[in-house]
Amino acid sequence: MDPVLERVIVEAAVKIALVFFVVLTTVAYMTWVERRVSAWIQDRRGPNRVGPFGLLQPLADGIKFLFKEEITPPHVYRPVYLLAPILILVPALLTISVVPFGPALRLFGRDVPLRVADVDNGVLIILAFASMGVYGIALAGWSSNNKYSLMGGLRSSAQLISYELAMGLAIVGILMSAGSLRLSDVVARQAEHGWNVLWQLPGFVVFLTAAFAETNRLPFDLPEAETELVAGYHTEYSGMRFSMFYMAEYANMVTASCLAATLYLGGYHVPGLQRLGLPQNAAAIVQLLAFGIKVAFFLFVYVWVRWTIPRFRYDQLMNLGWKVLLPVALVHIVWVAFIVLMGWA
Amino acid sequence: MVEYAPILIFLGVAALFPAATLVIAWAVRPSRYNKTKSEAYECGVPPSGDARARYPIRFYVIAVLFVVFDVETIFLFPWAVKYRALGLFGFAEMVVFLGILVIGFAYAWRKGALEWA
Amino acid sequence: MSASAVIFYVLASIAVLSAAMVIWSRYPVHSALYLVTTFLSVAGIYVLFEAEFVAAVQVLVYAGGIMVLFLFVILLVNLKDTLGPRVRLHATFSSLIGTAVVGLILYVYSQGRVPGSPGAAPMLREGGNLQAIGTSLYREYLLPFEIASVLLLVAMIGTIILARQKT
Repeated sequence: MDPVLERVIVEAAVKIALVFFVVLTTVAYMTWVERRVSAWIQDRRGPNRVGPFGLLQPLADGIKFLFKEEITPPHVYRPVYLLAPILILVPALLTISVVPFGPALRLFGRDVPLRVADVDNGVLIILAFASMGVYGIALAGWSSNNKYSLMGGLRSSAQLISYELAMGLAIVGILMSAGSLRLSDVVARQAEHGWNVLWQLPGFVVFLTAAFAETNRLPFDLPEAETELVAGYHTEYSGMRFSMFYMAEYANMVTASCLAATLYLGGYHVPGLQRLGLPQNAAAIVQLLAFGIKVAFFLFVYVWVRWTIPRFRYDQLMNLGWKVLLPVALVHIVWVAFIVLMGWA
Repeated sequence: MVEYAPILIFLGVAALFPAATLVIAWAVRPSRYNKTKSEAYECGVPPSGDARARYPIRFYVIAVLFVVFDVETIFLFPWAVKYRALGLFGFAEMVVFLGILVIGFAYAWRKGALEWA
Repeated sequence: MSASAVIFYVLASIAVLSAAMVIWSRYPVHSALYLVTTFLSVAGIYVLFEAEFVAAVQVLVYAGGIMVLFLFVILLVNLKDTLGPRVRLHATFSSLIGTAVVGLILYVYSQGRVPGSPGAAPMLREGGNLQAIGTSLYREYLLPFEIASVLLLVAMIGTIILARQKT
């Protein structure tokens, strides 16, 4: 085999294993964080029995899911019903592959960039993978052959595509300033000229709102609004397949937080770090940690918002997407274009 | 092209993970069939009618509007990347492009295609 | 055979096979899923040919947009028995057109105007193909680009009128 290709593949395999481990651990522990933070906000204790501070709770949950009976109701359309959870989880995990976690580490005499893949079209690829998530949801709802599921699946797909637009349009502002679709270029640009959030606040707000809707999180968790739709598209699922919907939701939250941090909060950039004159590896680790803190901040916001803003009604949700976010995003593009044209940024 | 190889591997691992988990779960979980467990749930009464009834056309209209705006967004991406080089000329041509689409958007709004209540 | 050739033939066979399955499968949902598979493998082939932007667009617009539209139709309408005489007529016409297109492709191919092996056309490589597309689309092909927006406008208005007709 071609030695260059071989080196790329070996390096990628190690990184992928690491990223997978970190993402899945984050996903598992996010359930713990969510329950603990929710408890804290509501002045309760939350899970605290399994291990110190309930830290082994995700492990216990995982084992429980594994050993739970899985019921496939006779009225479902089996081939699609069995496939749908996988169709949801794969794109959710895949999006993380182009996120830059940090600069390069110096290992074994060469620079190892802290990202799985750094491609020309990073931003587009993320949007493309994210747009694949709609299939699992729509098909899960359809194949369950249950009115709640179908209604939930439909609502959710309509919601996903509506907010995907707002998200895509908000990102255009970032691209205008970075002049590239490569995520590491976006980070480099912000390191030089200040974080995007400082002068693209409307875009940031649109992006973050759309990110909440894209991940089906409160206040936009209508597809599974338990008061009207039981559990929406995953009403008929149980056992491990059910947990896949949850894994996908949390994986999407992690990716959305990574994106928000990369696009608007400077990614792994730490202001003033260069002046300290740290050696390359130490600086890289500090930046990696900074990125982790930024992502953790957004994950915390997810839980925080959940207990702050009540759920929207479906018509309100669609109105917000089409009549507020979309026009705001369009005006924002013209505004950023104007600023860039004037040379103010 | 080589820089896409990791994504391909990632795709493989990402597909393998749920498959492997499901196989393990299938191997270890109990399976005790019971007629009551497999009944459709619909507020405690037997379900009436087929779930695949007809649904409002609004969803379809939303999907078409989505495709239109999706294509528009795609057009915006290369433009945004080249924007600094295109300058005032680029600004003007995108204002025209967006202007034409905003007409359609305003039409959809006025005709009530975006109403849900 | 190089690694890229292997990948090409794998993707191409997936694309062709699932395209055949789109026609053969009896359930609309299966057809839709096979069509998505075709789109995705074609996107993979675009990546192989260094047309990365087109690949992303293929996924985003075809697999993520237009197919969602198809899926909605399948979800919204109970397609149980739709093979009426009109559909048969449509099928006859489309198979005629399809045969003509295939014939044309085979003719062009036999004239040797199409490169037969993968790995051709790296012309967009210089400076990333997005830059190249941006320059040519917004400088040289300005009018088609603006006309595209009119086309999109027509699509939008057309849908709204069609949807309102019977309500």
